[in-house]
Amino acid sequence: MDSGSPTSNLFDLTGRVAIVTGGNRGLGRAIALALAGAGASVAILARDEEKSRETLAMLHQRGARAISLKTDLSNRPQTSASFETVERELGPVDILVNNAGFAILKGVLDQTDEDWDAVIETNLTAAFRLSRMAARSMAARGRGGKIVNVSSIAGNFGTPVFPSYAVSKGGMQQLTRCLALELAPHNIQVNSLLPGWFTTDMTDWIRNWPEYSEALKEMIQRTPRGRFGEPDELAGAVVFLASRASDHMTGADLVIDGGFSVR
Amino acid sequence: MSAPAIFDLSGRVAAVTGGNGGIGLGIARGFAEAGAAVAILARDENKNREALGELRALGVRALALKLDVTDRAALAPALAEVERALGPVDILVNNAGIARTVGVARGEIGDWDHVIETNLNAAFLLARLAARAMIPRRRGKIINIGSEYSLFGNPIAHSYSASKGALIQLTRSMAVELAPHNIQVNAIVPGWIESDMTAPMKSRPFYQEVLRRTPAGRLGTPAECAGAAIFLASAAADFVTGATLIVDGGYSIK
Repeated sequence: MDSGSPTSNLFDLTGRVAIVTGGNRGLGRAIALALAGAGASVAILARDEEKSRETLAMLHQRGARAISLKTDLSNRPQTSASFETVERELGPVDILVNNAGFAILKGVLDQTDEDWDAVIETNLTAAFRLSRMAARSMAARGRGGKIVNVSSIAGNFGTPVFPSYAVSKGGMQQLTRCLALELAPHNIQVNSLLPGWFTTDMTDWIRNWPEYSEALKEMIQRTPRGRFGEPDELAGAVVFLASRASDHMTGADLVIDGGFSVR
Repeated sequence: MSAPAIFDLSGRVAAVTGGNGGIGLGIARGFAEAGAAVAILARDENKNREALGELRALGVRALALKLDVTDRAALAPALAEVERALGPVDILVNNAGIARTVGVARGEIGDWDHVIETNLNAAFLLARLAARAMIPRRRGKIINIGSEYSLFGNPIAHSYSASKGALIQLTRSMAVELAPHNIQVNAIVPGWIESDMTAPMKSRPFYQEVLRRTPAGRLGTPAECAGAAIFLASAAADFVTGATLIVDGGYSIK
């Protein structure tokens, strides 16, 4: 595509600075690569340093300005410090993608207080805290901004398998709506991305553990597209929500699930 | 670095009903800017001519056909004409819509039928025609334009609201049925957008209510609907189907 055409400008992220939490693997890695592919500088905040090194190398290979900061999102001071480091090293943040999240496969009957707290802290509270930091920075500069909360179709459905995860994601969608209303006067758009079943480490259990083979069969049968999504298939959606192309869209859910939710 | 090629529509053919004004034209223009050949199917020939001029000025192949979507016999020939002139339709946008503002108590069945025929039945008939042609090619995108009244009740336009609510269910059902053929069917729910349809409301007190409820404090523009349509029409949304994208500046979440 001609880079001078209006449409390419619509989705272009050149000169923008993006943070992707959990951006070193799975969907987060695909998101980081997609944003970089559209021209953004990218900071990865994640725990696993080896995964971060791999992803950073991929980003640099594509000619992107990128850094990674070892961050445990359940460590509040460390998360705040990482945010400040990003702004110091790459510049003020224009795009925040709250993607880091994990699930504990225990029903309510078996879930401990610690399980619950850990999931809510990483999936929801860290998203709130980083959104607050990003929004303060964006509002002060008056140039607008984009926050993308990576929820899940689990935010819309009940589940007997990972209740704290589903609760954290439902909470995230409400966080999205509240932030969208509060930040609209500052031209900051906040939206949720709701991936369905994708081939990532997080879905290893249903794809590969024998005790879940029936669940796998049901899941595939229920998905109109008849397969899992590949992480790369999320790229367009995240660039859309991070770009000018979605400037009149805020507080919304973008479901990307091969039709699972509508069956 | 240029924007991702994943949003490029070069070599694609799009048909947009009601594409000569308002949201339809905003989408048609967006498609043209993304490189697609665009056909406008709409009634008003003067507006068709103007819109066609705009599209051609963007350097793409374009076509405008006079079509009243309630004329069932004219639908298949119109799509055939698009195919002859531009090639097989890869992207269909069911955007044409009308509203009759009369309360339920005074509502006539004729008004009801006309609204349902235009907004819903025509969308079904055109989508069926397009899908039949897309299936052997194993690829296609159908985008239905809903409304804020796909989601909410409307005190003066019950038939419009019913048609737009049904359009979302048509979207979901077609998405499920056509997924195995690699045809994605999605809906856009625009909020309050500047157009001929919303122009009359500006003289009513309701307009102030809408502005107060919209976080952006203004109506959206047709151009602001283009990004969502380009996304849904492109390879970027190949795993998105049955979804409803709400593009309303936050109106529906308040």
